[in-house]
Amino acid sequence: MTFDARTIAKDFPILSRTIRDGKRLVYLDSGATSQKPNVVIDAESDFYRLHNAAVHRGAHQLAEEATDAYEGARSIVANFLNADIDEVVFTKSATESLNLIAYAMGNAQIGNRFHLNAGDSIVVTEMEHHANLIPWQQLAARTGATLKWFTVTAEGRLDLSNLDSLVDASTKVVALTHQSNVLGTINPLEDITRRAHEVGAVVVLDACQSVPHMPTDVKALDIDFLAFSGHKAVGPTGVGIFWGRADLLAELPPFLTGGSMIENVTMESATWAPAPRKFEAGVPNMAQAVGLGAALTYLTAMGMDNIHQHEMSLTKYLLEGLSVITDLRIIGPKTTDLRGGVVSFTLGDIHPHDLGQYLDSQGIAVRTGHHCAWPLTRKLGVPATTRASVYLYNTTDDLDALISGVQGAQKYFGR
Amino acid sequence: MQLDNLYQEVILDHYKNPQHKKLNATYDAQVHHINPSCGDEITLNVTLDGDLVKDVSWDGMGCSISQASVSILTDLLIGKNLDQAQVVADSFMHLMQSKGTEKGDEELLEDAVALAGVSQYPARIKCALLGWMAFKDASVQALAKQG
Repeated sequence: MTFDARTIAKDFPILSRTIRDGKRLVYLDSGATSQKPNVVIDAESDFYRLHNAAVHRGAHQLAEEATDAYEGARSIVANFLNADIDEVVFTKSATESLNLIAYAMGNAQIGNRFHLNAGDSIVVTEMEHHANLIPWQQLAARTGATLKWFTVTAEGRLDLSNLDSLVDASTKVVALTHQSNVLGTINPLEDITRRAHEVGAVVVLDACQSVPHMPTDVKALDIDFLAFSGHKAVGPTGVGIFWGRADLLAELPPFLTGGSMIENVTMESATWAPAPRKFEAGVPNMAQAVGLGAALTYLTAMGMDNIHQHEMSLTKYLLEGLSVITDLRIIGPKTTDLRGGVVSFTLGDIHPHDLGQYLDSQGIAVRTGHHCAWPLTRKLGVPATTRASVYLYNTTDDLDALISGVQGAQKYFGR
Repeated sequence: MQLDNLYQEVILDHYKNPQHKKLNATYDAQVHHINPSCGDEITLNVTLDGDLVKDVSWDGMGCSISQASVSILTDLLIGKNLDQAQVVADSFMHLMQSKGTEKGDEELLEDAVALAGVSQYPARIKCALLGWMAFKDASVQALAKQG
């Protein structure tokens, strides 16, 4: 099958609606959330329509079907990541996944490898989304551990020159993003994981912007934990993934406790079920997990390599198209070298909100603001940017619309 | 186009030539407000003389709506007493919540009626209110200082 974004777009019903008085919808905000193909919408609604029951409970056929569908989705996620099935934990979001590990580490008692105290350090980066920064700030505050970070260069790359001193014997965890949601920068992981493992630290990867867009192999990446969200990967909202290496999940204490996650309970105490159930207290977001399974099956059918190549060619086209616009400044790498399809920019004195509003009037959906990475945008001296992000259903027509929209905004606000 | 309801000439003028956008060194109260959803920030100083709004000065960064709105506020409220300022602020707040159904009282709101179009864009109402919230906060603090 050849990869054709125009054909793919037909699978996404929302992309054929019009916007702002009959304009064609040009959706360039997939970095915030992706649109959903019919197969995902159907999978989620079919679960409710035909199979709905509480998973892992109940002595009836519906409970069996629901459990099969839910565990089937887990198996799809595991294959998608080249992980083992018991390493895949369903959460409600990537944000919850990252909070899960941060809180779980905070629950670790002395003697547990995840236990933190005042002598320990947590290493993050300046380009983290708030969801992979604040949980670690909070963990540091609760345990007395020190929070440190890699800085970001003017080109929007991580400065790894102090890797060996920043990640040292005190480091218990290195948490970083695979791809910046502002800059599009893809972080090279090899040196970081090598150094982290050398000092006995674990590596937590925020893969929200990478897993939906490129092939991911958690074993090859040599990381320890990974988080991503379903809704950025053409899946439903309300479902995220927390992946961890089996031996580490076995030692990591739980975060949320309650039903389903136990092995035995008395009035005084409880013991835990093995992972992944140890981390899935309560009736999970079943229909959403099943929808995510359908989403990853869909992406696999389209081919993750194809999707990545398509986005790389769109990104190149967009970077070149934007580079000729006067006063336009790309915030982040200017080539497609180690970079994904998220392109942030500023436009002279035109504030991103005003630009975004103008683009919206033309049917073009972009994101504006600090993109939940306020320390990064402050560091780069741009309190807000306009961000276009592409996905498998975007075409060069969409990018042409954006480029002429930006030029139109210059005329409009220059009056 | 509908966008012109939002970006009236008056707004772009205030954005390009903001009034009282230079913090006065002396003041009774200074506040710093942030719009956490977009990162717009404002620092605003208020000086009272009894219940008279003697001076309002500010600095900040943000979109044309937030910047024009605070610029218009300074023109409107300096020289009014706090009761009159409250009447203006209430009227402006009401206009912002009108979802495009009202044009605003031009006699009372003057240039601020140019912001009426904002009420049709729910995501932008906070932009228009940033400076007004800062003024409310600062004037309460300044008044409290008088004892």
